[in-house]
Amino acid sequence: MADTITAEDPLTGEEIEIPADVEVGEIVDSPATGAELEVISVDPVTLEEAPELEEDWGE
Amino acid sequence: MKVGLLYSRIRRDEKLLLSELRDRGHEVAKIDVRDEQFSLSDPPESFDGVDVVVDRCLATSRSLYITQFLDAYDVPVVNSAATADVCSDKVKNSLALERAGVPTPTTEVAFTTDSALEIIEEFGYPCVIKPVVGSWGRLMAKVESRSAAEAILEHKATLGHYQHKVFYVQEFVEKPGRDIRVVAVDGEPIAAMTRSSDHWLTNAAKGADVQPFEVDDRVRELVETASDAVGGGLLGVDLMETGEDYTVHEVNHNVEFKALNDAVDVDVPATVVDWLESTVESETEATA
Repeated sequence: MADTITAEDPLTGEEIEIPADVEVGEIVDSPATGAELEVISVDPVTLEEAPELEEDWGE
Repeated sequence: MKVGLLYSRIRRDEKLLLSELRDRGHEVAKIDVRDEQFSLSDPPESFDGVDVVVDRCLATSRSLYITQFLDAYDVPVVNSAATADVCSDKVKNSLALERAGVPTPTTEVAFTTDSALEIIEEFGYPCVIKPVVGSWGRLMAKVESRSAAEAILEHKATLGHYQHKVFYVQEFVEKPGRDIRVVAVDGEPIAAMTRSSDHWLTNAAKGADVQPFEVDDRVRELVETASDAVGGGLLGVDLMETGEDYTVHEVNHNVEFKALNDAVDVDVPATVVDWLESTVESETEATA
């Protein structure tokens, strides 16, 4: 199992486990709610609710 | 080298690239497009000293404008503004393929629902309506009857954005339950996979089953020509098997490769970085 760290879920206030090697800008799924969370900073890790996908996103 | 990675979301694709670049000791500047401001004359500070910018913007509009700005600043960017312009628009994409003699599905465009309906009736059922800008198979419609066509066209006409009133109608290609995605750099295939699904849409983003595909001479030739037709770069060329030949339905400029990397033995991000290194090297030699 990959290394994990804990961070606060901005939607529920709970501590959640996320991969230890997250990058700023990466999207992680909240294990509690399934919501997409964006990594805003690392060291310490802060998360925000990720913006919705827009019409022209993707390949 | 110093690589600027333009992003608004770090997907697994970007993470694979970042790891490969850092493992090789390259300097990487991650540039979040949401934080940048672009003047007409000078690049933002985030671009200082970069040898090449890799455009991994998710939003097509951002990608189109920023690559234009980078061109204006003489900052090398992959893919180029010209490639992004052709690939992001299905009409331009189809025109480029046709012009280059690459077999591509029969396509017609109209600007009113009545004219679009005439095309659809002419094509017969089923046929396909695609948005001119879009991705991941969203808003694609397989039209199986006149009444469905009328409803889809009416809905599209009320969606709001003018692009939805550009009606792009395409023949339905009876593919063998799969299509082929080739990821290539300047026309040279890195690896390829088939994408299979019971659904008529076989996008990996829609959960299609992916398997490695061995590129044959004909696919190699078509990928090279299709790549040249859209201006080259790091591209995803999509083909369908028609029985005796292939037809190229699309060339993608913001190519996702994580599914391909999982499906094949080739190290896709490593090969992309090899190409970036040689691109920067040629650029440096050209300006020396």
